Amino acid sequence: MNRKIFLIIILLLIAGGLPFLVSNYRTFQLTLVLVYAIALLGLNILTGYSGQISLGHGAFYALGAYVAAILMDKAGMPYWATVPVAGAACFAAGFLFGLPALRLEGLYLALATFALGVAMPQLLKYPLLEKWTGGVQGIVIQKPDAPAFLTAAGIPLNPDRWLYFFTLAVALVMFLLAWNLLRGRVGRALVAIREQHVAAEAMGVNGALYKSAAFGVSAMFTGVAGALGAIAVQFVAPDSFNIFLSITFLVGIVVGGLASIPGALYGALFIQFVPNLADEISKAAPWAIFGVFMIGFVYLMPTGVAGAVRLLTARRRSP
Amino acid sequence: MKRSIVFLAISLGLAAPAMAQKKYDPGASDREIKIGNTNPYSGPASAYGTIGKSIAAYFKMVNDQGGINGRKVNFLSYDDSYSPPKTVEMARKLVEQDEVLFLFQTLGTPSNTAIHKYMNMKKVPQMMVATGATKWNDPKDFPWTMGWQPNYQSEARIYAAHILKTKPNAKIGVLYQNDDYGKDYLKGLHDGLGARKSMIIKEVSYEVTDPTIDSQIVQLQASGADVFINITTPKFAAMAIRKAYDIGWRPTQYLNNVSIGIKSVLEPAGLEKSVGAITLGYLKEPTDKQFENDPAIVKWREFMKKYYPEGSLVDNLNVYGYSVGQTIAQVLRQCGDNLTRENIMRQAASLKSYRVDTLLPGVMVSTSASDFAPIEAGQLQRFDGKEWVRFGDVVGK
Repeated sequence: MNRKIFLIIILLLIAGGLPFLVSNYRTFQLTLVLVYAIALLGLNILTGYSGQISLGHGAFYALGAYVAAILMDKAGMPYWATVPVAGAACFAAGFLFGLPALRLEGLYLALATFALGVAMPQLLKYPLLEKWTGGVQGIVIQKPDAPAFLTAAGIPLNPDRWLYFFTLAVALVMFLLAWNLLRGRVGRALVAIREQHVAAEAMGVNGALYKSAAFGVSAMFTGVAGALGAIAVQFVAPDSFNIFLSITFLVGIVVGGLASIPGALYGALFIQFVPNLADEISKAAPWAIFGVFMIGFVYLMPTGVAGAVRLLTARRRSP
Repeated sequence: MKRSIVFLAISLGLAAPAMAQKKYDPGASDREIKIGNTNPYSGPASAYGTIGKSIAAYFKMVNDQGGINGRKVNFLSYDDSYSPPKTVEMARKLVEQDEVLFLFQTLGTPSNTAIHKYMNMKKVPQMMVATGATKWNDPKDFPWTMGWQPNYQSEARIYAAHILKTKPNAKIGVLYQNDDYGKDYLKGLHDGLGARKSMIIKEVSYEVTDPTIDSQIVQLQASGADVFINITTPKFAAMAIRKAYDIGWRPTQYLNNVSIGIKSVLEPAGLEKSVGAITLGYLKEPTDKQFENDPAIVKWREFMKKYYPEGSLVDNLNVYGYSVGQTIAQVLRQCGDNLTRENIMRQAASLKSYRVDTLLPGVMVSTSASDFAPIEAGQLQRFDGKEWVRFGDVVGK
């Protein structure tokens, strides 16, 4: 246990120092990694822990992004206040979508969520909503500056670094929340439903409620990520949130490691950097290269990067 | 003797500014000019990716011929899959990490909107973007962004003027794609008709995701319109032309420039059904018979064979890439040894009737400090069943 805390402290030190060692552009990329990590964590709660496949989490990411963008653009809300609102809106949306959708099992649920993911960009273009969403034009957001008290205290941070630390702080809160939620009663109940839902119900786990709640919490995490992503990218448009985003999230949790909290971080690193790497290797067929990477990862690490790391440390400890 | 000394002094004085010491911003040096670009090489809009490839091929040719003022062009082009967040990331990579001198021909209206503010805040030129939206011509608020092709609004205004002149009592029916592109055209049409806006008796729209537009065409016919303005992308343009003909509707038809490819639109629609369609052209269409032996198109075909052999010889997007390549090469030649971002904007904004040989005869590239719309002219042309026949004068500025 001490070892674990020690590791986490080192990790935090690295995370805190990194933006001062790399360029602003890299800092921006790292911010996106943290954003994706939160989104993947959300999806992992649903798919990894409670075993329900969602092909539509991009829709919740979009919803979070739009809630944040509209609140900033139309209501003049400060950026930091939009993040919890986006989370709450997505929790409600996820919970409500979960209620009917959870009567569907396995692949049928995957299809229902797929429909949600496919429909989202078109809903965002809907003429009656255009007053708020800006239609296909989207909404351009101002980049937040570091708060005045930091500058006054003699810690000047450029906007990119400030945004990174803001995202890092939110990510820490979200990871702590997930950790608290999943290692206790709720986590065990979710895993029980995934493994054998009849047995779980016999033990007194309210399957429908837990599943809907898992959907809601999962959507909330993804929505928070969407809001942070919108603030980092400074722009939302329907074309940003196509079905491919949802599939990328699913790829992220499988590569990172299902039912693993650090897996979300590994997965985020994968979906952020590997497509760029593939594009650098081949302009003609970047997705073919991406596919090779994906197959390679799944083949060499069948339990995801998190599983492989676990295996390695276990082997080192028991020679 | 005295005269020749004066002459020498004057010519030295004139030469001095040109020989002034070389000035560079990041991305430029004695040996190279680094230019950045994003294009959708994958994803839903990947058909446009050929523009990026043909521009890369054009620069390869320029480099083989010795470069521009002795400098090689290093063209860095990344895939953004037509996804705005990816465009932001790639634009930042190009500006902050690769340190390019400027971005050129970044493609797509949403993608360019996403980086519009960023580029202007960074004061890095967002040069000749590959989209026809009207908002890129706004030098006062966005002095670092410039378009290239005729914008949608000015094209629509030319159609409006033509209708007012030739058919002042027309009843106009409009079909448009329900997005910023379609609405941009519609606004130009309204502005062009001005007080006579009531001539439009019916406006119907479709979504780019609709499977067919049959019912829209039937509605337009039922409205009694005798002029049909067809603001659609290629797939829908072909469907609209065919359906209108098949149900016996024979209005005067205006077809927007986006969809005038003979191979890609008119053949699928049926060449005999497309007879009489009017459009505004500005590029030489490579499948048009009249340009079969045109020196510029012949040269373009040779270029394609040598530098981009896998590219399509019937795709006018490849003519587009070649033409925009010529334009930027001219801007860079004008810059001489002063390769600062500011000078690039200044030179791009002082193109005086520059002639690109793959544009229609009489269409010039012109800009000024208050006019960031390089091509604003074109010539009306009518389809005769085989080729586009130009008529009237070159219109627009």
